[in-house]
Amino acid sequence: MSHPVSIEPPARLKIQAAFIVNGEHCEVAFAPHKTLLEVLREDLALTGTKHGCELGECGTCTIIVDGTPILSCLALAASYANRRIDTVEGMAADGALHPLQDAFAELGAAQCGYCTPGFLMTARALLDATPRPSRNEIKDALSGNLCRCTGYLKIYEAVELASERIARAGAAVHD
Amino acid sequence: MTEVAATGAAAPVAELRVVGTPRRKVDATAKVTGELRFADDLVLPRMLHCKLLRSRLPHARIVRVDTTRAAAHPGVIAVMTGAELAIPFGILPVSQDEHALCRDVVRFVGDPVAAVAAIDEDVAAEACDLIDVEYEQLPAIASIEDGLSMREPLIHDYGDDANVHKRVALEFGDVDDAMATADLVREDVFFYEGNTHLPMEQHASLAQWSADGKITIWSSTQTPHYLHRAIAKVLEMPPAHVRVIATPNGGGFGGKSDPFNHEIVVCALARKTGRPVKICLTREEVFYCHRGRHPTLMKIKTGVRKDGGIVAMDFTSFLDGGAYGSYGVASTYYTGALQTVTYKVPHYRFRGARVFTNKPPCGPKRGHGTPQPRFALECHLDKIADQLGLDPAEMRRSNLQPANSVTANWLRIGSMGLGACIDATVTKSDWKNKHRKLPFGRGVGIACSSYISGAGLPIYWNSMPHSGVQLKLDRSGGVACFCGSTDIGQGSDSILAYIVAEILGIEPVDIRVVTGDTDLTPVDLGSYSSRVTMMSGNAAIQAAERARDQVASAVASKLGVPASRLTFAHRRVFDLQDAETGMSFAEAVQLAESKFGTVGSTGSYTPPRSPGRYKGAGVGPSPAYSYSCAIAEVEVDPETGIVRVPKIWLAHDVGQSINPTLVIGQVEGSVYMGLGEILMEEMTYRDKQRNVVHHHPSMLEYKSPTTWEMCDVETILINDKDPQGPFGGKEAGQGPLLPVMPAVANAVFDAVGVRVDEVPCSPHKVLRALRDKMKGKEGRFGPGSVPEYDFPDLTRVPTPAQGGNGRESVGRAHSEVGGDQSSVTNRDSAGNPVEQAGETTAAEIAGLNSERDSRRGSR
Repeated sequence: MSHPVSIEPPARLKIQAAFIVNGEHCEVAFAPHKTLLEVLREDLALTGTKHGCELGECGTCTIIVDGTPILSCLALAASYANRRIDTVEGMAADGALHPLQDAFAELGAAQCGYCTPGFLMTARALLDATPRPSRNEIKDALSGNLCRCTGYLKIYEAVELASERIARAGAAVHD
Repeated sequence: MTEVAATGAAAPVAELRVVGTPRRKVDATAKVTGELRFADDLVLPRMLHCKLLRSRLPHARIVRVDTTRAAAHPGVIAVMTGAELAIPFGILPVSQDEHALCRDVVRFVGDPVAAVAAIDEDVAAEACDLIDVEYEQLPAIASIEDGLSMREPLIHDYGDDANVHKRVALEFGDVDDAMATADLVREDVFFYEGNTHLPMEQHASLAQWSADGKITIWSSTQTPHYLHRAIAKVLEMPPAHVRVIATPNGGGFGGKSDPFNHEIVVCALARKTGRPVKICLTREEVFYCHRGRHPTLMKIKTGVRKDGGIVAMDFTSFLDGGAYGSYGVASTYYTGALQTVTYKVPHYRFRGARVFTNKPPCGPKRGHGTPQPRFALECHLDKIADQLGLDPAEMRRSNLQPANSVTANWLRIGSMGLGACIDATVTKSDWKNKHRKLPFGRGVGIACSSYISGAGLPIYWNSMPHSGVQLKLDRSGGVACFCGSTDIGQGSDSILAYIVAEILGIEPVDIRVVTGDTDLTPVDLGSYSSRVTMMSGNAAIQAAERARDQVASAVASKLGVPASRLTFAHRRVFDLQDAETGMSFAEAVQLAESKFGTVGSTGSYTPPRSPGRYKGAGVGPSPAYSYSCAIAEVEVDPETGIVRVPKIWLAHDVGQSINPTLVIGQVEGSVYMGLGEILMEEMTYRDKQRNVVHHHPSMLEYKSPTTWEMCDVETILINDKDPQGPFGGKEAGQGPLLPVMPAVANAVFDAVGVRVDEVPCSPHKVLRALRDKMKGKEGRFGPGSVPEYDFPDLTRVPTPAQGGNGRESVGRAHSEVGGDQSSVTNRDSAGNPVEQAGETTAAEIAGLNSERDSRRGSR
C-alpha cells in the first residue's frame, strides 16, 4: 500500500497516575482528558466495564470507587488517582462467582449481558450497604441503570436471591 | 409463572432431561464476569479508529467534498468519500438503494458522507471537522402526507409511485358483499408513532485486511450472512474471501439486522490502509442507524354480526419509511398479513403504502410491521365489543381462527393455543370481577396477538436450507456444534447446546458452541423474524440424530444389542432393557471413531411450502404461529393524565419451552418493551418543514422505562406442542410484545372512559380526551382520517372457503402499475412470492397438513 498520508504523531501529552484496581496497585499513562471509563477499557484493557451513552444516562459504565457506585463515563480519570476502584473483573474471588454473579447467571438476569456489569456493580454496592434490601430499595438503587432486555424483574429476583444466600452463608459462618 | 397444558395437546412424549428444564445459558458465566467480548472490546495491533462525517441537512445535493485539510491532519491515515464506493447495497434485493458513503445526495440528517481512519478516535473526529462539504439543499419530505402528495423532489429514482416506495392492494374473498350482511360495520382510525430499538450496546465493527487479499470483520450484527453478501458486493470481492464474525450482540431487537454503512466503510478502510480499522458508533449515531418502528397511520373497518362474529375486514395502512428501503417492502406487507391468524376473518381486504421521507430509515423492530396493525385491530375490537355490549374477552374467544386451518389470505395455521391463553389470563387476573367494575381511574384491558416462528421464505430466493448445523464428536467425549446463528441475548447459542445435549444424552456444558462465523459455520439466515429456535433448532435435531445413529451403530455391533434398543442419557449409551450393559458416551464415540473414522454430522432445515401463490404471499407464512393474550391493569390520574401500570398478566402459547427461564425472560422483556412503546417511547422530529432534526437522539431524552415504570408481570406459558417446532417449540421473542400496547390502551378506556387511539398514550393525550369528554365532546384523542390515496386496483384472491387455489383470480380486469403483474414465479424479494410452479388444491392443503402432523409426530 501507499505511504500513510501523515506519519507525524499528534502532540498529546500523557499524564501518569496510580489506581488501586480490584485490589491491585497499577500505574498507567493516559491523555489527561480521558475518563475513568476510557482509562479502564483502553489503557488497562479492563473491557468488562461497558458504555451505552458516555453521557451519564444509562448506568452501563457503573464502577465502584471507595465503596460508592459511580458512572465512570462522567469521571475524569486524573481526579481519581490513588483511589480504590472495583470493576466486574474483580468480583469473582478464588475462581468462584460472587453470589450476585451466580444469581444473575442462574435466574436469567443477564440476557444480552451488556448492561450486566453495571447492574452487578450497583447491586453490589447496595448489598454492601443494605444486606437485606426490600423490593422497593432494590428498584430505587437500580433506577439509574437501564436494561432493554429483561424488564428488570429477573434482576430484582437475582439481587434478592443473592442477598438471601449471602445472609445464609454469613449465618452459617457464625454457627 | 405457571405452565398449563392446553386442552387437546398431545400426551407428553418420551421423558426429556434437558429440554423444558430451567437452566443457565451456555454463556451466562462469561456475561456476569465481564469476560464476554463485544465488538467494541476487541483490539488488534496497529488498529486505526474510524469516524464518519454525517449530513447535517435532511435532503441535499452534494456539490463538492474537499478532504484536503482532513488528509493533512497529523495522525490521519486515510480519508474516504462515496467516490470510492460506487456499488449500492441494501438488505432486500428489491431495494439496493444505500451507498456506504453518500455520493450525490444526502437523504436524512445523519446520512454518512465521508470517513476518516486515524491513529485514535480524537484525531479521527478532529479530521471529520476538517472535511469541507458544499451542499445544495432540497425540499424535505417529512411526513406520510408529504410522501403521498409531493411528487418532487424524488428521494429515490425507484418505487411504485413518485415518493411512494411500495404499495399493496389485495382482496381475499368478497369484502363488500360480506359487509352488506353484517349487523354492525365499524370504522376506526389509529396512529402509531415511530420508536427505536435502543440496544444498550452501540453498534461497533472491527475489520482486518490480510495481505493475501482477504478481509475479516467482527461486528455487532444480527445477520452475518446478509452482511457477508453486502460486503462482498460493495468491495467486489469473492465472498469466500470475506469472513464475517458476528460478535455477541448487546441487544438487537431488529436494530442490527441491516448491513450498515459503517460496516462496509471499515472494511474498505482496512483494505485501503492495510491496517485493522475499528468504529464504535456514538449513541447519537445509533439513533441515525435506526431501522425502528415505522410511524403508521391506519384505518380499519370491520363488519360483525350481533354476536360479535366477524364477517369481513378492510384494513388500510400508511407507513412513514424514512430515507431508505431497508426491510420496508416486507414491513408494508406485514402491516396487513397477520390480522387473520388470531380471529377468523372470512373476507379480508388489505391496502398499504410506504412512503420515503427524509428521516433515518425505518425497518424491523421487534414485531416487525405487526405491532401497529395489532394495536389498531385490538383497540377496534374493544370498541366493537363495547358497542355490542359484549365482554371483549368472550368476543375474542368466540372468533378464534381454528387450529390446523388455512386463513383467508392463505396462511397455514398449525397449533393454536390462543383460547387457552385467553382463559388463563382471564382467570389469573380476575377479569370478570374487574372489567367495567373497578372504580373510576382504575381499569383493565385485554388484547391478543400472534407472531410467526420464522419467515417461511428467505430474503434471497433459493432452494437451500434456512439454517444449517454441523457437529464434531471426538474421542474426548466433547462435542462441538457449529451454526451460523447469532446470539443477540435471546439465548440461541444455548438452545443449540440444549438440543444437542438432549439427543446425545450429554450435558450442555460438554458442548462447545461456535456460531455466527461465515468461515466456520454453516449458513443460518440470522436472528430476525423469530426464526432461530425453530430453524436452527430443527437443524440441530437432525444433525444430532444423525450423529447419534452413527455412534449407536458402532455401539450396537460391539454390545450385540440392536441399535434401536440403545438409549443416550446421563453421558452414557446403554441398553434400554439392561442399563448395566453400556458404556460412557466418550467410549461410545471412540468406538464410532475407530469404526467410521472422524465422527461428524450435519443437519439442515427448510420451512414447509406455503399454500399462498399470489403476489404478496411471500410475507406472513411461517412453519408455526405463537399466540399471546395480555390483560393490563392501569391507574389513570384524571388530574394529570398520567397512566401507571401496576400489573400485566400475559399468557404465551410457546408450544414447548426449550428453557422456560429464557421464555419467561422473553415474555417479561417483551412486556417491558411494549410498555415503553405505549407509555413513552417516540422517535420524533423537530422543524418538520425544513430541517427534520431528530428531537432527542440521546438516552436521557428518548424516554424509556426505568425500574420505576416497569410493571409487575405474571407469565403463563401454554405448552401446546406444534408438530413443526423443535420438540414442539414455537417463538417467544416477539409475539408477547404485541398485545401489550392495545391491552394498556383498552384498560385506559375501562379506567376513565376515554380512547387514546395513538401510540404512545402520553399524559397530554389522555388529559385532552378527558377534557373533551367533560365538555360533552367525544372522549378521544387520535387521528380523524387517513389521506385520500389512489391505490392500485385490487389483486383478488379467492379464499380457501371459496375453493380458491392460492392464486389471484384468473382473467381479472386490472393489473397493478409499475410492473406488479401477476406472473410471479421466482421473484427475488422478501415481499414477493417466490414459489415454484403449481397451484394449491384443497387436497394438497390437506396433504400438507397431514405431512406436518406426521413429521415430528415420532418425537
